[in-house]
Amino acid sequence: MIYTFELILRLAIWLLLAPLLPGIINKVKAWVAGRRGPPVLQLYYDLAKLWRKGVVMSTLASPGFIAGPAVAWVALLAAAILMPLGPLGSALSFRGDVLLLIYLLALARFCTAWAAMETGSAFEGMGAAREVSYAVLAEAAIIAAVLALSVHTRSVSLVTMLSPSAGAGAALLAAGLFTVLLAENCRVPFDDPNTHLELTMIHEVMVLDHSGPPLAAILHGASVKLLLFSVLLVQAVVPLGNLSAPLAGAALAGGVLAVTIGVGLVESLLARLAFRRVPLLLTTAFLLCLFALLVSWNWK
Amino acid sequence: MNGTVNLVIGLAMGLNLLALGSSRLPTLIRAMSLQGVVLGVMPLLIEHERLNWQILAVAVATMAGKGVLIPSLLQRAMRAANIDREMEPFIGFVPSLLLGAGGTIGAVALAQELPLLPEHAGSLLVPGAMASMLTGFILLIGRAKAISQVCGYLILENGIYLFGLLLIHSTPLLVESGILLDLTVGVFVIGIIVDRIQRAFDSLDTRKLTTLHE
Repeated sequence: MIYTFELILRLAIWLLLAPLLPGIINKVKAWVAGRRGPPVLQLYYDLAKLWRKGVVMSTLASPGFIAGPAVAWVALLAAAILMPLGPLGSALSFRGDVLLLIYLLALARFCTAWAAMETGSAFEGMGAAREVSYAVLAEAAIIAAVLALSVHTRSVSLVTMLSPSAGAGAALLAAGLFTVLLAENCRVPFDDPNTHLELTMIHEVMVLDHSGPPLAAILHGASVKLLLFSVLLVQAVVPLGNLSAPLAGAALAGGVLAVTIGVGLVESLLARLAFRRVPLLLTTAFLLCLFALLVSWNWK
Repeated sequence: MNGTVNLVIGLAMGLNLLALGSSRLPTLIRAMSLQGVVLGVMPLLIEHERLNWQILAVAVATMAGKGVLIPSLLQRAMRAANIDREMEPFIGFVPSLLLGAGGTIGAVALAQELPLLPEHAGSLLVPGAMASMLTGFILLIGRAKAISQVCGYLILENGIYLFGLLLIHSTPLLVESGILLDLTVGVFVIGIIVDRIQRAFDSLDTRKLTTLHE
């Protein structure tokens, strides 16, 4: 009974806090540019509005058009449940749960790309192809980062992997994971979430034909993914396990806030990269994580 | 102590990869000169107990030469010859980055097999030297423009300098200063040659130098 209650509480934290992050990013961007910007809670209003609207479906589309975003959303929430939250630990933890986390993220991406293809539009197919081809490189970096943490702590379950920090390679791992965070969440050097120039869009192309509740699920899922990656980054770098519980909680929250503001600053100060330069940056992220792995291998 | 040395050499290895991945000439020159300065600090770190005026002179001369003099010569040559800043790689940026990373890992693995003195066994001195030399070779082979090849040569020299630090007691000051002087004069001469190549061929692409003209 208590366990169920805790699970629901944890889900509520993830569901309710996640849409805050894009709001903070937009606020930072507006602040750097000297504008007032949309309110921090803008995404909540958007989600509420989309939830009340109807769905327009292409005549070509099968029920997969609706099922894709739904499955992706559930997969991301399941991944969020696996992720430990600093002093609270993890709601569900077993040996090898980190592999399930990677696969759930891949499943979410697959379902979004599948739903994009369902519309039968060549344009969305192009967006899906771009998203998936970047994801191949980003996934290699994530796997290298996870291996580094796993070798460092000699464990394959997220709770024990993330409670100490990455040790000597923490700086390398931080840089690599931050780059991966930007790529996975389609932030600026890789993709521009605000772009309306159709030929340069990646993630936005895929969701162009979605409307109503499925679009709300996609937007909310994207914000959950951003929160998930920030939590992963902070826990991989900051040794939360050595701090007392309230301090660790505060450090986690502060770290996530810092990462979010960092994303906003990157987005204000950098232009997006040309397409042919993107693989170079993702390869760099992979190499950073690979060197973190080597460091944790050699100097334990 | 050993930790600080390893950190500095790790930074130099990171700069190697930055040099391999950068597509602009100024970035490459900056990475190369920063690596020279970082390595110039090394004698002070290694010999901080037995500091004498010789070692101090070597460190200061290296930092001034590689950090200020050589990059400013190269930048002057770039300005004088009106070179555009994009590099044209034979070996693409991603393959050369992967080659460099593989070489760095290979250098670390190889150094563990080498019969080194016990005081050098745990340090990154030897792998760092080999990785820098390899990076220099990749840049020499894989870039078309004369200036980027000069940068490759200088990174190669940084690697040799790092290797020479193993013998810092046995090398007289004269040898060190001779190498540094040679290097500076070499870059100075190359700066003039670059200008001539640009005037004669309207480009700095070394591929065009293979055909003979009447």
